Amino acid sequence: MTESAVRSYYDFYATSVRTQIQTQFQYRAAMWMYTLGMVAEPTIYLVVWTTIARTHGGSVDGVGTGAFAAYYIVWTLVRTMNIVFTPFGWEWRIREGQFSGWLLKPIHPIHYDLASFAGQKVPWIVLYLPIAVALSLVFHPALHPRPVEVVVFLVAIWGAYVIRSMNAFALGMITFWTTRVAAIFQVWFLAELLLSGRLLPLPLMPQWAQTAAAWLPFKWTFYFPIEALVGNMSTGSLVVGLGMQLLWTAIMAGAVLGMWGFALRQYTAVGN
Amino acid sequence: MAVVVEVQGLTKLFRVPEREGGLRASLRSLVHRHWREVRAVDGVDFSIEAGEIVGFLGPNGAGKTTTLKMLAGLLYPTGGKAAVLGHVPSRRERDYLRRMTLVMGNRNQLQWDLPALDSFELNRAIYRIPREQFRETRDELVELLDIGDLVRKPVRQLSLGERMKVEVVGSLLHLPQVLFLDEPTIGLDVTMQKRIRTFIAEYNRRYGATVLLTSHYMADVKALCERVVVIHHGKILFDGRLAALADEFAAYKTIEAVLADGERVSIRVPKAETSRRTAELLAEHDVHDLTVEDPPIEDVIEQVFAQ
Repeated sequence: MTESAVRSYYDFYATSVRTQIQTQFQYRAAMWMYTLGMVAEPTIYLVVWTTIARTHGGSVDGVGTGAFAAYYIVWTLVRTMNIVFTPFGWEWRIREGQFSGWLLKPIHPIHYDLASFAGQKVPWIVLYLPIAVALSLVFHPALHPRPVEVVVFLVAIWGAYVIRSMNAFALGMITFWTTRVAAIFQVWFLAELLLSGRLLPLPLMPQWAQTAAAWLPFKWTFYFPIEALVGNMSTGSLVVGLGMQLLWTAIMAGAVLGMWGFALRQYTAVGN
Repeated sequence: MAVVVEVQGLTKLFRVPEREGGLRASLRSLVHRHWREVRAVDGVDFSIEAGEIVGFLGPNGAGKTTTLKMLAGLLYPTGGKAAVLGHVPSRRERDYLRRMTLVMGNRNQLQWDLPALDSFELNRAIYRIPREQFRETRDELVELLDIGDLVRKPVRQLSLGERMKVEVVGSLLHLPQVLFLDEPTIGLDVTMQKRIRTFIAEYNRRYGATVLLTSHYMADVKALCERVVVIHHGKILFDGRLAALADEFAAYKTIEAVLADGERVSIRVPKAETSRRTAELLAEHDVHDLTVEDPPIEDVIEQVFAQ
């Protein structure tokens, strides 16, 4: 890629991020409600697991209440970073003609998805930080990261975002072949819920599930970034984790680019 | 003049599932689905020279929008060839996408919640327009359509006509050399339609752009297009001067006469009988004034579409 192309992409991403932040600011109340909604799921998990831990003498399989608190407070941040354009929305955006609009532009639509959702995260995260402080005061998380873990975490949450974006884009493209794809998406997201560390920390899952998770992309978009900050991973494990994210980014990018040409031939530009 | 749009045997087939209404047919389609092949565009040929404004006419479902979508690189043709500005549209090369635009009257490409100026800025980044050139073009187009006060309001608060005007400006910021306009005036009031028409003509004049325009409003076509291409059931029925359309398709002519006593007579006669009926009229009456006219273009088009 030439220097001028890099500058152009930077310009596009920066402009899109600014545009999305402005859009979020148009709906301040909705933004707050959304942030509170995001906190509900992990807070429920947190309350359930800390209660179970307390009734089992302070820990479950060696995971104490402080560790659960740290896990789910960081979980919310990772989950916020992980929000991408849902494959369920593809049918809508094709029918509404939005996708045709993007196909007319001289830039691959995945850049739009990546840039716009990256921009939306900025206000969400800013709003979440005081909530995280409040949750910390209530649940006392055991969180003592080393500087290297903080750095890896900051890289890993963006890695997770890119992998999940491409994953969702590749899934969404199935809509080009058949418009009713919700069932396929449901199976995929159920697998993600169970094997990503979203429902509960992966070490609490059965061994077979942990083995399966190691071969799938989900773990590297939830559990790894959380564990990078919360757990006590060795520097080597952190580097391997980032490497796995890089590998899954390449695999997902390959899937998107590989499907793209075929998908466009199927595109019927229905709606508009 | 250089040929900008060249289309040869362009074809698009869609495979459409079909079934009768009702639960029984629905259950049957679970086991055995019936498909029908629809030839939306069927071996279309035409070419357009640089700077031309061509009206692309046809009834609903004739294949106009499908053709435009193939020329814009949105749809992959089933057969035939198309070249626009030397590019094959289906390859969707960036250089091509930067040189053309497709405006669809019923679609919104602007950021709904933000003033259009923010969407324009995003287009600047997407099309990699140098900032100075962007500012000049934006201000020029905004002035041309007189929308200085509209571009600062959130798009969602604009009326349909206002939104269409800012939409058109947003689509032209990169100064495309080829414009595919699909019903650009649909749903707009007469004043707004006129404004858009004037703007398109002015853009064509200033930048020498080539325009292929579909519209159900004959006023658009009459004001902008010397040449029209008529498509029906996916096939080209006519390609030529708008004025020649009546010669080929008008089934009748109107003879209007002012008689000596001041009475006005208007008779509609089959085209083939025009000379004979005119001669009869002149022989049988004392005629002071006489005109023979083609029917209004709207009637001619209706005649064509009825075929």
